[in-house]
Amino acid sequence: MLAGTIYISFLGAAGLLLLPKGSVTAARILALLTAIAGFALALTSFVHHRSGELFTVTRVPWIPTLGIEYHLAADGISLTMILLTGIIAITGILFSWNIVERTKEFFAFYLLLIGAVYGVFLSYDLFLLFVFYEIVIIPKYFLIAIWGSTRREYGAMKLAIYSFVGSTMVLIGLIAAYVVAGSKTTSLVDLAQYPFSLHFQMLAFPLVFVGFAILAGLWPFHTWAPTGHVAAPTAASMLLAGVVMKLGAYGCLRVAMTLFPLGLGPWGFHVLGLTSWRDVFALLAVIGIIYGALVALVQKDFKFVIGYSSVSHMGFILLGLMTLNQIGLTGAVLQMLSHGLLAGLMFAVVGRMVYARTHTRELAILGPMNLWKIIPFAAVTFIVAGMASMGLPGFSGFWAELMILTGAWRSYPAYALCVGFGIIIGVVYIWRAMLKAFFAETGVELTSPQPSLPPITLPERLGAIILIGASIFVGVCPQVFQNIIIPAFNSPLFEGLRKGSWQ
Amino acid sequence: MTSINYAQLLRLALPEVIVVATALLVMATDLLVLRRCKTRVRFAVAAGLASLGCAGAIVRIFYAPEVANILDGILIANPLIHLVQTALLLLTIFALLISVDSTFTEHVGEFILLILIATAGMMFLVGTQDLLVIFISLELLSLSLYILAAFNKRSAQSWEAALKYFLFGGMSAAFLLFGFSLLYGLSNSTSLPQIAAAIHGPSLNPLLVIAIVTTAIGLGFKVAAVPFHFWAPDVYQEAPAPSAAFIASGSKVASFFIFFQIMTLGFAGAAGTAAFTHLVRGWVPVLALMATASMLLGNLVAIAQTSLRRLLAYSAIAHAGYMLLAIVAHTQQSLTALIYYVVTYALATIGAFAVISVVEEQTGSDDLSNFNGICRQAPVLSFCLAIFILSLAGIPPLAGFFGKFFLFVTVLGATSGSMNLLWLIVLALAMSAVSLYYYLRILKRVYVAPLAADAKEIHPPIVTQLLLLLLAAAVVALGCDPQLFLRHITAAIQSSIL
Amino acid sequence: MTNFPWITALTVLPVAGALLVLVLGERNKNLSRWTALTFSFIALALTLILWHSFDKTSGALQFQEWHNWVPAFGIQYHVGIDGLGLLMLLLTSIVVPIGMTASSQIQERTSVYYSLILLLQSCLFGTFTALNFFHWFLFWELSLIPAFFLIKVWGGSRSTKAATQFLVYTMVGGVGLLLSFLAIFLATHKSDFIDLAALAQSGQLMPAVIDKLAWHHITPQHLALLLFAGAFLGFAVKVPVFPFHTWLPAAYSEAPTGTTILLTGAMSKMGLYGFLRILLPIFWPQMQLVLTPLLWLSVATIVFSAYAALAQKDLKKILAYSSINHLGYCLLAIFAVVKFTGADTYLTAEKYAAMNGVFLQMFNHALTASALFWFVALLEKRSGGLRGLNDFGGLRKIVPVFAGLMGIALFSSLGLPGLNGFIGEFLIFKGTFPLTTWASSLAVLGLLVSALFILGIIQRVFSGPLNDKWLSLPDLSTSERVALVPAIGLMFALGLYPQLILAFVNSTAIQMVQHLKF
Repeated sequence: MLAGTIYISFLGAAGLLLLPKGSVTAARILALLTAIAGFALALTSFVHHRSGELFTVTRVPWIPTLGIEYHLAADGISLTMILLTGIIAITGILFSWNIVERTKEFFAFYLLLIGAVYGVFLSYDLFLLFVFYEIVIIPKYFLIAIWGSTRREYGAMKLAIYSFVGSTMVLIGLIAAYVVAGSKTTSLVDLAQYPFSLHFQMLAFPLVFVGFAILAGLWPFHTWAPTGHVAAPTAASMLLAGVVMKLGAYGCLRVAMTLFPLGLGPWGFHVLGLTSWRDVFALLAVIGIIYGALVALVQKDFKFVIGYSSVSHMGFILLGLMTLNQIGLTGAVLQMLSHGLLAGLMFAVVGRMVYARTHTRELAILGPMNLWKIIPFAAVTFIVAGMASMGLPGFSGFWAELMILTGAWRSYPAYALCVGFGIIIGVVYIWRAMLKAFFAETGVELTSPQPSLPPITLPERLGAIILIGASIFVGVCPQVFQNIIIPAFNSPLFEGLRKGSWQ
Repeated sequence: MTSINYAQLLRLALPEVIVVATALLVMATDLLVLRRCKTRVRFAVAAGLASLGCAGAIVRIFYAPEVANILDGILIANPLIHLVQTALLLLTIFALLISVDSTFTEHVGEFILLILIATAGMMFLVGTQDLLVIFISLELLSLSLYILAAFNKRSAQSWEAALKYFLFGGMSAAFLLFGFSLLYGLSNSTSLPQIAAAIHGPSLNPLLVIAIVTTAIGLGFKVAAVPFHFWAPDVYQEAPAPSAAFIASGSKVASFFIFFQIMTLGFAGAAGTAAFTHLVRGWVPVLALMATASMLLGNLVAIAQTSLRRLLAYSAIAHAGYMLLAIVAHTQQSLTALIYYVVTYALATIGAFAVISVVEEQTGSDDLSNFNGICRQAPVLSFCLAIFILSLAGIPPLAGFFGKFFLFVTVLGATSGSMNLLWLIVLALAMSAVSLYYYLRILKRVYVAPLAADAKEIHPPIVTQLLLLLLAAAVVALGCDPQLFLRHITAAIQSSIL
Repeated sequence: MTNFPWITALTVLPVAGALLVLVLGERNKNLSRWTALTFSFIALALTLILWHSFDKTSGALQFQEWHNWVPAFGIQYHVGIDGLGLLMLLLTSIVVPIGMTASSQIQERTSVYYSLILLLQSCLFGTFTALNFFHWFLFWELSLIPAFFLIKVWGGSRSTKAATQFLVYTMVGGVGLLLSFLAIFLATHKSDFIDLAALAQSGQLMPAVIDKLAWHHITPQHLALLLFAGAFLGFAVKVPVFPFHTWLPAAYSEAPTGTTILLTGAMSKMGLYGFLRILLPIFWPQMQLVLTPLLWLSVATIVFSAYAALAQKDLKKILAYSSINHLGYCLLAIFAVVKFTGADTYLTAEKYAAMNGVFLQMFNHALTASALFWFVALLEKRSGGLRGLNDFGGLRKIVPVFAGLMGIALFSSLGLPGLNGFIGEFLIFKGTFPLTTWASSLAVLGLLVSALFILGIIQRVFSGPLNDKWLSLPDLSTSERVALVPAIGLMFALGLYPQLILAFVNSTAIQMVQHLKF
């Protein structure tokens, strides 16, 4: 049944293309219904599989000559991500209600992207996973290049090339692993149990990890993220930050770390105090956290603030992965969920509620409009999202960051302190952006936007409420997700990791 | 020497005979019956007839004897060869269908005739293991192609391109012949397996080295590998669209197949290795070098192109580089991968040329700017173009992706246990990342750029649209379910032990 | 009755009210105000029900609720109140309606204003009832946000700066708090205040922490002090303790007066509550170690703020500093109580007295300071925003009722016997004098100076030559009198019959003191 999420999205995309020309409303409604159906399926499965253990959805031979199977399965991690995808899909459509130019195509690309994302999260065959992973690249290019704003063609191309380079690195690693293991199977579970030599893992791990981490915004390969986010239309930035970046992190966890667990072990020598790839990536993650936060602090463009905040928050995820203990890894998955919801919400506020009305994202211009009086809903939404994003207890971000901190504390106490510093800067940049964007400074002459801004529409309200509600739900009942994420780490897939550097 | 059984020979060569007979029939019909009709009608009838003939040949291949070998490999039949021949005939049909709506020449009969003769040449080329027949059929193919490239007599550039093609082709034929004669001198035989047996030895004879190099030059020219690629951009750009499509697809398939055959059968003992740390002399390092150069040059130069045809030409050079890797690997698996790759590549290329022919017909040029915003005028056409281009770029779930994946897997798996060819794979994949840039630039024109204010309407002919949809469906289907085709290749290769 | 989640209901109620106020909008001029007031009165009624059914003889926690929140971490949703908690709830429920009533001059965006106040109330309720660090901290931090916006948006001309200063100070304090408790949590896997207190009592808390967090260069003692310092910082900023007080005068004077009432009446108590509920039971060994500096800090808070108040010309600033001064006494008592822990029954009665004094003083200060700021608000309303010490003069003759009632409040603040202010301060000094004679003696200086500036107010504003500008100043209207009288009445009631409060906080005070020794 879970496989239906993929099919429904693709069918929805095809159905949209078949709609007669100019049917804007029908396109929106069809897209929304498709997304809702996908989410409903995801939710049903989520409710049915509360144990979080691995279960197979579909498994049929696909290319028997190469031992490739069409193998869809899910565990707690996948289910969490699927649920996130469903929510982001629905709200993204709600926030794209104002798209009138080439509406059909927009939603078709959108659903194509969503379907592929579902596919990545469900694939348990490496080849299949990679296929879905690459499908994502094309629709996101077009979503940005056609419907985007500032320097959209540049941003879109940069994003596409970065993603493709990343996936090329992944592909090299996968092909090598497949060939070394005897070219018999691409099943993730089987390959994860193949005893690759230490030497091979030491080389393949960083390759595949970095390949995926490029999409996850690992510093210093993050530069696509701010430009891409800024160029993208609202729904696409929501998808990018909400789920596409998660694909990278998910790939790191699901593929790189399970296939080559020994690659995380010590080198046997040390360079600049680093003794393993794990140290290297943990350091890069921490740099990303602090760098992203510091850069977000000085941005003049509202969307850049959020873009860099994504880099910072994705650093948490990568650090969580590198802690290699249950709490850190669980926190990383939870942070994927949390950041997905919150980044989506923030981009919605910036892109849809503010930019689509004022046609500017310059903080210096937005401030004197004193927007909080004109569109208070946007201000309130941003404040709530900001609070959640700074990691206030009661919202999703808190638990995720707390778990990552806890995990980091056990593995890298010094980094945990740096992360604490990053969190504090996080509070400051959110606060600064919020003040500058929505509140006029006292003494500054108010400018009234011309013409007067349209009020916040119903779909926007709905979307914001869904995302806020989801974040609060995760914040209030984090155990719902922990209960299914933690058992997932007990599956045979993570055996190598548990035996190796697990703490 | 056994005596020649002509009946058997004829029976074995019946598909080729059907093609040639159709060629003559088409010529006669066109000259005698349709002389006064409109060009479009003449093209439609002639292409239709020719397609029927090719279809007949395909049917005949199905009923042909499974395995046969006449005169020590002068004419061979086995499932693999049948498969390749079928693929060639299908590609020919597609190329013919592109020409249905053409108006570039009044010599319709001759044009179709040449295509069919070239097809016959290709069929002979793949169906033999004898140097002499290889050379003759190669020349038959090449000469037809020279003329086809020059067929647009109204365009001086077309002439120039064809002349270039002809001069380079002649040179390369000379090289090839030189190499072949050396081989004959070394082994006293023209049969590939016997040559292999004769040259087998621990060290390479200097003459053999020359033979290897000259043969590689001759065949490298046919597949447009660097540094023998100079003809390709001009010919791709200036030849009439159906000719260009034909040159880019069918002749590629045949050339690569025979390239593989010659190298693996004829030079079986002189392979050498292309491992990065210790190259061993032989033909493998030569081809590895050509492949590297092709991948680098093709992809990097393609970035700077503004004409879609030239861009496709450089991308073809790049793809030739990838495909050479399969020959470098020279295993059974890599032959499977090569056939899959080259056929799916040919499908996508024909499709792309079909789109180009339509757009050119309306706007007069294949400059990239002419593709600005055509998705609004011709959504189906644009959609198909997107499929073809993305398949060339190797984006899943299209056929091009699986082709690449399979190819690289087999190349890496060729040297079992060791990662000798990893550097080639890394290079190839890195270059394919580069290629995405220029492929996306095309699609950016089509989908993102605004329609020019003075853009002319585009009305793709119905046959072309159907053809495009068919090709696009094939590319998607082969990508989503590669086993569809893979099954046949594997079965054919296994039942025709090489 | 006992099964009903009273405390959760009480916490959620203002949120519901806030949403309703937002939804209703500003169709009618006073709609938001009345809706919000209604909700605050319902909350007051609920609190009174709690007060009524509270077992006054027990110092234990009552009305407790447990729910597993994050089982993976062993984190529970745990709320409950003892005498201290109940006192805080009562205080909040009384201060909030006063604050709302005093906000009548707010005309702009009233629905947002009142919903923010209700949100703030909810956060206060949450803070005063939470017994697990995590949701306690949620409410603690969350309360900053409505407060920030109340100051920034509806405040005076320099409100942005004041609000930001307020936010940054308290945020930094909050971070220190969070880091300390995270470290403890990571080491012990406990976040329940009661569990942590029990652990601290058995003397195992710091060893456990040190065991897990042993760092190369830090001695265990220093590490424990570091953790204490983090937590201390969080509370010290909130109270505030000298020298972390510099945000306060600006925030109090720039905020709209209704908000100032909330800030001083209820939010400043959050800090003291933290000292009592969290710092004292968990960190008392560390407090003992640095007791002398702490006592110096409290004395400095008391004396410097009194002198600072003396130097101010703005009524609100004077009252702001006077707030610091009054809460300083509480700090003095809290620190003094720590002094002889562990030494069995030595001076126990004095400790009870000091503790009771703290409780009373907290409530009294809430009541008196709210009333005083309220009077300032009324004065501002009449004077068109003027509130300088020298802007008035001789008002006694023009507005006798106003002057009289405000005088009562001022005298209460001064600590005149018979009024509520007296009894708290008396108990505090009674307790602290034997405990730390030197510090108490120095603190008396603060009492004297505060008498000076309060009398100064009375003299400059109500007596002296009449300022001709204010000849037509209207006296209190009937409705204002009706609103003020209960507050003044309460001052008298508490002054004459402090048992009203002592009855239910005494057992808690005894238990707290007893828990500090083992």
